[in-house]
Amino acid sequence: MTKRFSPSQIILLVIAAALAIVWIAPIAWAVATSLKPEAETTKLPLQWFGSELTLDAYRLVLATGGIVKWAINSTVTAVVVTFMTVLFSAMAAYGFARTQFRGQRVLLVVILAGIMVPPQVLIAPLFAEMVSFGLVDTWWSIILPQVAAPLIVYILYKFFQDVPLELEQAAFVDGAGRWRVFFTIVLPLSRPVLAAVSIFTFITTWNNFLWPFLVSTDPNTMTLPVGLANVVQGTFGLRYAQIMASVVLAGLPLLVVFVLFQRQIIRGVAHTGLAGQ
Amino acid sequence: MTATVAAPAATAPVSQIQVRRRWTQHGLLFVAPFLLIYVVFLVWPTVLGFRMSLSSVNIAGGNNELVGFANYAEAFSDPRMWHSLWNTLVFTVLSTIPLVLLGLAFALLVHNLRFLQWLWRLSFFGPFLLPSAVIAVLWLQMIYPPDYGLLNGTLGTHVLWLGDPDVAMWSMVLTTVWWTVGFNFLLYLAALQSIPQHLYDAAAIDGATAWTKLRSITLPLLGRTTGLIVVLQLLASLKVFDQIYLMTNGGPEEATRPIIEYAYEVGFSGYRIGYASAITYILFVLIVIVSLGQLRLLRKREEALS
Repeated sequence: MTKRFSPSQIILLVIAAALAIVWIAPIAWAVATSLKPEAETTKLPLQWFGSELTLDAYRLVLATGGIVKWAINSTVTAVVVTFMTVLFSAMAAYGFARTQFRGQRVLLVVILAGIMVPPQVLIAPLFAEMVSFGLVDTWWSIILPQVAAPLIVYILYKFFQDVPLELEQAAFVDGAGRWRVFFTIVLPLSRPVLAAVSIFTFITTWNNFLWPFLVSTDPNTMTLPVGLANVVQGTFGLRYAQIMASVVLAGLPLLVVFVLFQRQIIRGVAHTGLAGQ
Repeated sequence: MTATVAAPAATAPVSQIQVRRRWTQHGLLFVAPFLLIYVVFLVWPTVLGFRMSLSSVNIAGGNNELVGFANYAEAFSDPRMWHSLWNTLVFTVLSTIPLVLLGLAFALLVHNLRFLQWLWRLSFFGPFLLPSAVIAVLWLQMIYPPDYGLLNGTLGTHVLWLGDPDVAMWSMVLTTVWWTVGFNFLLYLAALQSIPQHLYDAAAIDGATAWTKLRSITLPLLGRTTGLIVVLQLLASLKVFDQIYLMTNGGPEEATRPIIEYAYEVGFSGYRIGYASAITYILFVLIVIVSLGQLRLLRKREEALS
């Protein structure tokens, strides 16, 4: 077991390498196509490399497409959703875990029940609501419904219940108020779990399609996934190198973030994915 | 709780009573911001959606009169609703099985490898980080096209991956498995890492083979994780929309159209928001049933931990 190059290790390594190649192939194909001259993208038999490597497709997409604008929209909405979700959910979770007020139990049950309500089921009434608020085609219509995430409240509620009381009590005795205790003691103590739910929220918001697609008809407010879907149904026609350049540009940000923060992301997804284990 | 405060009131700047009051102070204020957004954008739409499903309201908000359960009656006698519900269930079954089994297989493989952990994780989990639109455009434009697509070109076949009604659903499953198996892979990997090493050491002393260890230690201890992963996967698959809408638009011949897409077409292209609500609420009932199963599993898990 301790030998690094045992025969079983080599067999496993070969299997893993083969699977990894299959799994990476579609993404590699997108990158390869985006680097070909446009005329060679559909040449048969298939070739991974064209007669030259060119960045023309990227240059054209960045110059003519809306991709930069959509990336900004995606970043702004995902950052605002993540910030609001984590702050408000942490406050609510702390309120439920550490304070007492009238109707607390009933409210907690109402919030936990909300975990079962999938956003996809609410598209019709939510859209009607956005129309009556006059928020269609604004950032707020994309942001606000995604902040109502009861799962995050539940995860943080479970976490705060397990934080020892002594630290907070000592601060109260020293005269600190509720809010100061929350912001200067409880939140810093919870940094790992807050990072986990932040990452999870950011990824799901960044990748969300259906809701932003329904509420943005104006290319100026579209997020990256919505804009990309629109472009392919419309203006680019059959310019495959450019389409693949857009695909690579739209997919790249989260992959880079993953390479940089692999450990935190894995913990965030595993932790939040299993609903606060 | 407050009785455990140890510091004597005389030496502290605040009295015992004030400390006690601090505990109960501001509770509702902490909850208020989330509660406001939650009520406006989740609770109220849930109620409103049910009200709409009982009405003949159109997308402009007009013709908003109650028609009782007429929309539900219409849905249950609508062959297109049944067909899209059937497609959703077929997709759910076909995708859940490989997504769970492959997720487990990948996790077992990577967990037992001692090299290049980051590379395996990036390869298998990477696609999950890509937006559905990226996945759909990539597979639609460069992988599945029958002539110049990567799949036929590499395999030397001439399959109409998206054009043949008998094949299209399998193609949707294939893309979805490639895209999302990384999530289950990570959950299994985390579960594997939490199995204490001493169990394997003890088994090794007893002369257990790798196969015995897998069968009598690893798999039984992954039982509860598997239960949760299956439920999460069922919930995710029942809600499928993005990749199917973007790649086949439900076709060919409606062979892939899931129920959410049907609701979208009825409500947002056909302007019958009331009927669309009824259709989504039929799916809602299915999802609640599966979710209740999830809650039971979570509770069992907590009991086992405590």
